[in-house]
Amino acid sequence: MRFDKTEISLAAVAIACVLFGFVSPGWLIFLMTIAFAKALVVQGVVMQMRSGLVSFGQGLFYCIGGYTVGMGGQFFGIHDAIAALALGVLVAIVVAMILGLLLTRYRDIFFAMLSLAFSMILFGILVKSQSLGSTDGFNVHNWTVFGWAPEVGAGSQQTVFTMTVLSGLVIAVLIHRYTKAGIGVICEAIRENEVRVEYLGLSPRWVLYGNYVAAASVSALGGGLTALATGHVDPEMAYWTTSGEFIFIALLGGLGHVAAPFIAAIVFSVVRTYAIEFVPHTWQMILGFTLLGVIVFLPKGLWSLVSREKSGERA
Amino acid sequence: MTNILETRSLNKEFGAVIAAKDLNVKVAKGEIVGVIGSNGAGKTTFINMVTGYLKPTRGEILFNGKSILGHSPRAITRAGMARSFQVAQLFPEMSVIDNLVVALAAAESPRPSFLSPLRSDARIARAEEILTEFGVVNYRNSTVTAVPQGARKLVDIAMALIGNPQMLLLDEPTSGVSMDEKTGLMDTVMNAVRQHGVTVLFVEHDMDVVERYVSRVLAFYSGEIIADGKPSAVLADERVRDLVTGHRPTQKKGNGAS
Repeated sequence: MRFDKTEISLAAVAIACVLFGFVSPGWLIFLMTIAFAKALVVQGVVMQMRSGLVSFGQGLFYCIGGYTVGMGGQFFGIHDAIAALALGVLVAIVVAMILGLLLTRYRDIFFAMLSLAFSMILFGILVKSQSLGSTDGFNVHNWTVFGWAPEVGAGSQQTVFTMTVLSGLVIAVLIHRYTKAGIGVICEAIRENEVRVEYLGLSPRWVLYGNYVAAASVSALGGGLTALATGHVDPEMAYWTTSGEFIFIALLGGLGHVAAPFIAAIVFSVVRTYAIEFVPHTWQMILGFTLLGVIVFLPKGLWSLVSREKSGERA
Repeated sequence: MTNILETRSLNKEFGAVIAAKDLNVKVAKGEIVGVIGSNGAGKTTFINMVTGYLKPTRGEILFNGKSILGHSPRAITRAGMARSFQVAQLFPEMSVIDNLVVALAAAESPRPSFLSPLRSDARIARAEEILTEFGVVNYRNSTVTAVPQGARKLVDIAMALIGNPQMLLLDEPTSGVSMDEKTGLMDTVMNAVRQHGVTVLFVEHDMDVVERYVSRVLAFYSGEIIADGKPSAVLADERVRDLVTGHRPTQKKGNGAS
């Protein structure tokens, strides 16, 4: 297998992050873990944005990933983190394969609102489920990795951080290839001209279906990792504000590069943390101004700063 | 000669408006047929019905003797009937060569790959060959939006031909193209079409273009075919002159004309 420059750079950054994790304070590791896990969910949003669809309900798969990990340990005796994450992804794929049959018939605002509707249906079900802790959710059982149980606290934090970074690396490489592969480029083609795609003998609907399922699996992995990191799941994971946050991060980063969601998730995490710290009653306003600034000055997201720099170098 | 396309009593109604009325058309393999008619005559409606974009209200469409009525545009494309559009339908933010590469990948398989790169060396080389054949290789790396109208039309037609169709329907291939470019564009297209041995049906408003390239003309008026035959005969037909081309016969002095 051959790796290109982007993939090698991603691997180098991932190794640096893992090493950084060994010398960083616990709070920073936790913030980075959550940021990277959310970035995976955002990758799912971005995959769909590339095809011209905006999902207002990606929280659905984030929640499915999280709850499957939580329920696996709590009710089905699945304590291995890798197995639980894989199960979360599998459940998300099955759900996406069912919902995708309906959702991929719709475009624009109809797709956005339908995806939101399914997410809110799950939220409603979880809120009414006493056995799943209703609005409080429930704690994730202590987990192991291939039979090894990391020390509760710093040890498990370090482990889940490493797992998140490595998962992020694998997913980033796969998505990087995916965007250059047939389905990735044809998704962009669908965004630009669906009629032409149809008259080339392809089914835009089935291409979007494949993309929707793939995006769901990536987002579920992000949800599962978040559950492992926080040790808790609750219905808020499927709430519309959570999905809104993913769109925020997607816009912040832009669609220009597979690394953009990771950078945006870190920036978002920093802005939100400091906004809550310094203006606890109006932190949302700070986020609002940040988004406003990005849309006005960097309509193609933070990554456009890097791509501008690159094109400047070339010139 | 075997018919590649046949429509039987094809009708299309949009509420009270009759866009196509009892269209019975037979196109033989290898024919180059021109479709003429004023705006709103039903030419594009006919193409849209035949290529699956519009569902006829009544009637039958046979392609190679098999019904394609109700088939999706992609199924009809896969069956061997391609089309180009009045306004070139391309991927505007992509480069010209990427447009061709997407079309090549689509022609190879209806199921796009999840991981192998779309822009393979082989596809890029083939795309360059096609762009050279159509005389637009200079624009290979230009974004479609930066390419002139005539070149866009050629790219649109090149994309339609990539899947090696048996029949090609061109909807006003020279519309939006300057008078100077028209002949060059049509020569390029017709050379490519002849090389591929494709049956062609094209809608055209320019009668010079029609006379020059087609072996048969269908004249549409108000959703009906009012004349069908050799270009010289159809263009000389009084009804066609009166209702389609607008070239009324010059009336001799002393006939009562004022």
